[in-house]
Amino acid sequence: MMRFAPWKITLTLAATLIAFMICIPSMIGAQNRAALASVLPSWLQPESIVLGLDLQGGAHLLYEVDRADVIRSMVGNLRDDLRRLLREEKVGISGGIGINARGVQVRIPEASDRARIMSKLSTLVPLSTAGGSGVDISDAGDGLLKLTITDAAIDNKVKRAVEQTIEVLNRRVNGLGTTEPNIQRQGNDRVLVEVPGLQDTNRLKEIVGTTAKLEFRLVGDPGANPGDVDMLEQTDQPGKLPVEKQVMVQGEDLTDATPGFDSRNGEPVVNFRFNIRGGQQFGQVTSANVGRPFAIVLDNKVISAPRILGPITGGSGQISGRFSVEQANNLAILLRAGALPAKLTIVEERTVGPGLGQDSIEAGKKAAYVAAALVVSYMLLTYGTFGVFANIALLIHISMIFAALVLLRATLTLPGIAGIVLTIGMAVDSNVLIYERIREESHAGRSIISALDAGFNRAFATIVDSNVTMFVVAAILYFLGAGPVRGFAVSLALGILTTIVTAVTMTRMMIALWYRYARPTKLPI
Amino acid sequence: MKLLRLAPENTKFPFMRFRRVSYPFSAVLSILSVVLFLTVGMNFGIDFSGGTLMEVQARSGAADLAYIRDLSDHLGLGDLEVQGFGSPADASIRFGMQPGGDQAQQVAVAKIKQVLGDSYDFRRVEVVGPRVSGELVQSGTLGVVLSILAVLAYLWFRFEWQFAIGAIIATMHDLLLTVGFFSITQLEFNTTSIAAILTIVGYSLNETVVVLDRIREMMRKYKKMPTDQLIDMSVNAVLPRTLMTATTVFLALLSLVVFGGQVIRSFSLAMMWGIFVATYSSIFICSPTLIYLGLRNESRAVAADEVTARGGKTGAKPLSSA
Repeated sequence: MMRFAPWKITLTLAATLIAFMICIPSMIGAQNRAALASVLPSWLQPESIVLGLDLQGGAHLLYEVDRADVIRSMVGNLRDDLRRLLREEKVGISGGIGINARGVQVRIPEASDRARIMSKLSTLVPLSTAGGSGVDISDAGDGLLKLTITDAAIDNKVKRAVEQTIEVLNRRVNGLGTTEPNIQRQGNDRVLVEVPGLQDTNRLKEIVGTTAKLEFRLVGDPGANPGDVDMLEQTDQPGKLPVEKQVMVQGEDLTDATPGFDSRNGEPVVNFRFNIRGGQQFGQVTSANVGRPFAIVLDNKVISAPRILGPITGGSGQISGRFSVEQANNLAILLRAGALPAKLTIVEERTVGPGLGQDSIEAGKKAAYVAAALVVSYMLLTYGTFGVFANIALLIHISMIFAALVLLRATLTLPGIAGIVLTIGMAVDSNVLIYERIREESHAGRSIISALDAGFNRAFATIVDSNVTMFVVAAILYFLGAGPVRGFAVSLALGILTTIVTAVTMTRMMIALWYRYARPTKLPI
Repeated sequence: MKLLRLAPENTKFPFMRFRRVSYPFSAVLSILSVVLFLTVGMNFGIDFSGGTLMEVQARSGAADLAYIRDLSDHLGLGDLEVQGFGSPADASIRFGMQPGGDQAQQVAVAKIKQVLGDSYDFRRVEVVGPRVSGELVQSGTLGVVLSILAVLAYLWFRFEWQFAIGAIIATMHDLLLTVGFFSITQLEFNTTSIAAILTIVGYSLNETVVVLDRIREMMRKYKKMPTDQLIDMSVNAVLPRTLMTATTVFLALLSLVVFGGQVIRSFSLAMMWGIFVATYSSIFICSPTLIYLGLRNESRAVAADEVTARGGKTGAKPLSSA
């Protein structure tokens, strides 16, 4: 054990040096880091450790796509499509189309009609782009057909809704101008939104949680058939307004929306531009209805209901609604990003203010320094020269955990810091096992070299055994834990891996060198 | 330089003689822990019970706890738990799940923010809805069970079955006593506490494995020694290391408790307790089990041969000089 090939020593030294160098950028502060970045070549940019939201402050919001809402809109679409199909195929029905929780039903008295459109009915809800039916059709007798949307079709739709939601939210949150938001899928029907360093979560929640379905619809005449209008709430005044069910133009047909100010009264407004289809449609309807009011409807609430003063054919327009500047800004972001496919509900929120995050970093640092100081002194007092070796190994051990965290781009959380502090205490365990064994062997009458050899060899099996159990625990924590706890598992696992390298290999190397040059006549422990 | 030694040289404590005391003692403590858990219960944090936790800091002066407590009547949020902690300007507000699903939790948060927003900073807001808390309970329980099973499997593979059983009994003992600790101290039990429990499981096994390793080695060396003597000798041999490691980990945890801040204090305190219990159980609970399970009676020669065969893999050699 007392001989080491020079390449081994070189490799160990190199690994240590690299670990130290990787740690440097995280230690010197943002300003110096920027200065360092400017002098280093592009392939050697300094990487700082990624801090978790609990340390740098920020918002963690877990949203769930409202499955009931998805089903509702699927049923609504199914009804519309069925109506269109029946009209196109000239199928006579008795009564209307009935709606239930999971589908629709319709009575088609003629058996020949039923047989004719049966195959077309099954294509009303496509299961996927490749085809397949997402609807179960049952004949309840008496010509009554029940169309029920299958679970597979709903799952499929929810999955797509989550994908769309992520796209829309990315555009929206980027519109807020925050740095590096993280938006990702969680499970089947959830979206995680993490925004670091954000102070005002209310605005984020508004931007993320609003469906933002925009519609331009004509205001119904006072004498209109109640079946043709919806009574909608107004945002700028109390009372409900009858609005025609027919939609003139939808938010999808907007190509751009920007906040601005009304040229006449200076009120904040949102300027928008239609695409060609939207512009033409809007032009047609406004030409035909000069003098009538139309409603600008956002998420089933009337924002404003201006009168059509003349045909609007330029393909652009303005939404006013007694907005504040921020409201106008938000609305412009929402309209640019598009509507959410379904309602979102917050199922979990964890927000940490930047002040608390900074306090946690300070607390964590202090705890780590004090722990290191205590353990280092204790090792020195107990093992003298060998304690110095263990402490050097400990320093390398901590830098290696840190370097590994930087390289893996793993996030450092407060429990993660606790994990590192804990490994400070545990890392020396391997050294303790080895040293105690050496002592024992030496007391049993072995020569120095033989005691050292036996100490390392005998202790190694124990070190592996005891660390494997800890590693298993860390792995399970990693796969089951979330957020900060995961950070703890990562630190713990890395700590276990590096302890084997540092405590076993490096200490052995140091002791071998010491033995060669100090030529001890008795063991110092 | 005179070096510091925690344990005197060459101790010969008759640890195994204490099993007649330690077993009943631990059994009583374990039962007490279960009883406490069932009657008093743990102080579940919002991770598992659902609800809302806010930490607010007054922008100037001290936090007006009485005023914040009164809010519960005004806002109709049910029981509002308000506590001061840290500096006088800090306060934590906790309330349970609001009826009406996930949406209702957000409404409650908005209400409080509206009332306190002008004079307080919201340093932390955590809202855990009913479904998420249910899932966290599930994954937490799964984690504890899985890690015990995984470690059991490993021990089974590496040691004789008596060792594995001894280790599991010791681990269960530590788990129960930790649960008892949470029940008695009413420290908040949250996802970080699960991390603490699993780490205690890991540490407890670590301790146990070190003792067991040595017992196995001694079994090979002294084939005729009675089991209790053999275990006593092994435990005495690893005693310096056990005390040394427990102390270094304790020192690290102590600095976490004192300086690590409010957020992880419950974690650090639980770990401290865990270290203490794990060290005790590896000596007084795990090792005596081997006597009860008749490690030697069950055809010693066969066991010893098997051990030698397995031990060969790990690089341990029989002692040449004693």
